[in-house]
Amino acid sequence: MPGTLIYAEVQKGEIKKGSFEVTSKAKEFGGDVAVCIIGNGVDALAPLLAKYGADKIYVVDGPEFENYVPEAFVQAFAQVANQVKPSVILASATAQGKDFTPAVAARLGVGAISDCVDLAKEGDKVVAKRPIYAGKAYVKVEALNDPQVISVRPNSFTAKEIAGAGAVEKVAVSLDASKIKAVVKSLELAESDEPDQTEAEIIVSGGRGMKGPENFKMLEELAKLFGPTATTGASRAAVDAGWREHSYQVGQTGKTVSPNLYIAAGISGAIQHMAGMGTAKVIVAINKDAEAPIFTKADYGIVDDLFNVIPALTAEIKKIKG
Amino acid sequence: MNTVVCMKQVPDTETLIKVQGTGIATDGIKWVMSPYDEFAVEEALQQKEKMKAGAVTIVSLGPDRAIEAIRTGLAMGADNAVHINDSAYYNAADPFATAAVLAAAIKNLQYDCVFLGKQAIDDDSGQVPAMVGELLGIPVITQVLKLEVAADKSKATVTREVEGGQAVIEVSLPVVLSAQKGLNEPRYASLPGIMKAKKKPVDVKTAADLGVTAGPATAIKEMTLPPARQAGKIIGGDDAAAKAAALAKALQEEVKII
Repeated sequence: MPGTLIYAEVQKGEIKKGSFEVTSKAKEFGGDVAVCIIGNGVDALAPLLAKYGADKIYVVDGPEFENYVPEAFVQAFAQVANQVKPSVILASATAQGKDFTPAVAARLGVGAISDCVDLAKEGDKVVAKRPIYAGKAYVKVEALNDPQVISVRPNSFTAKEIAGAGAVEKVAVSLDASKIKAVVKSLELAESDEPDQTEAEIIVSGGRGMKGPENFKMLEELAKLFGPTATTGASRAAVDAGWREHSYQVGQTGKTVSPNLYIAAGISGAIQHMAGMGTAKVIVAINKDAEAPIFTKADYGIVDDLFNVIPALTAEIKKIKG
Repeated sequence: MNTVVCMKQVPDTETLIKVQGTGIATDGIKWVMSPYDEFAVEEALQQKEKMKAGAVTIVSLGPDRAIEAIRTGLAMGADNAVHINDSAYYNAADPFATAAVLAAAIKNLQYDCVFLGKQAIDDDSGQVPAMVGELLGIPVITQVLKLEVAADKSKATVTREVEGGQAVIEVSLPVVLSAQKGLNEPRYASLPGIMKAKKKPVDVKTAADLGVTAGPATAIKEMTLPPARQAGKIIGGDDAAAKAAALAKALQEEVKII
């Protein structure tokens, strides 16, 4: 029975959490849940996928898949997809997933729906809900042809432990090397284990009120206390001032995030920023300007100088965490 | 060096979105070039200036009003443009159909690089760059932060953003590149540039003119606004320390996040 084929993404030797999230979600659709994992030395990871509902796991393993090169990964995945003939293809909409999914769709001759936050099975179709205008509005979209290729924003679903049959099949793919025209020369990854903003459960974010790059240390320290699922963010004002890299920017020309907790320090809450974090479960705003628009959306607000509040909050969290 | 820039006109980021059917109400909207596309235009111009040769062609799918954004690109310094004015395609807002008409237009042009913004900030799909590359059968590198093209135009060294860092990639030309913020500082159109732009050639095409018959691959069934967020509670206290203590308590006991 045609079911779902999932692309499992591996980073630093581990399967991304978002891949587990879509795997257990696919179990609700009925039909077989197959997963394709591609990488170098990834066969040991395959059994993990069965814990989240994978009935079948296709392993494409080899040194040529050490680094993500779109053409190689797309060729390999398309071969597996042509063998499985799924009605739905799912991937996590991580940075890599966003690069990979549309290329796979076009290779298979179909369209794709990207960065969805909810999926519902209606008959043969998966209706996907996705934000547009960075979350100022939402659309429900369906693909007109199979396979229905969909990428899902991390944190949209809980990765549920549901046992799948977990049959592992090693797939030998034949790569057309003449088409692989890009080579990764070097990869520079930050030392930190901080999650990407789009995947973080807690984000401590700073804006113009932070006054300078050196003060973001304070936010980093607070984020660290919350544990490995927390990270820092920044408003466009802070990024444009050169205080933070663009990869930290939350908002319409940065990242759209939906953490459980978003702490906005010295952020006034421009419409473009609110669009990027409006789906956070709990928003905390700290700003000395009581008129800042962010207070109209925040669940908790503190009107005071962040340079007094953040250190005090850090001390309190330290106490709680013991 | 000949380059093509795919560009989209979008509502300014300040726009408050109002829903009308499965689209947005367009009255009173200020339309601009999508911000990431500005980086794409700028990069194409810089590469042309470095090589001291070649042409920059803008390709845009959109209604009549899109000509304003096209003229902005021409005023920045692009040489000519193709305006795909076909309602069946721009109304569908489907990345695959969009990529199909863009790729068909690009096939008629000379190019070493195709630049696009990493995503248009209206639909936020971010799919078109990878799909254009697939349809042209050439490599694609998304989220580009730095580009160096070899003098003989055979290859390029590209720095792209990856999760948690950067990757340096060597790729043969022609190539599709999608621009991330940080690639460059887009220039403003100069007054002489704006005057000259009025006379630059803009070729208006339909999908049929380009031989494209592929229809949309996805359909929008419904558009809604997110539920409005209500203002919560302002935490009072004698001083910052007292307020911070009350907040920590609320996070622990009310929302149980800590």
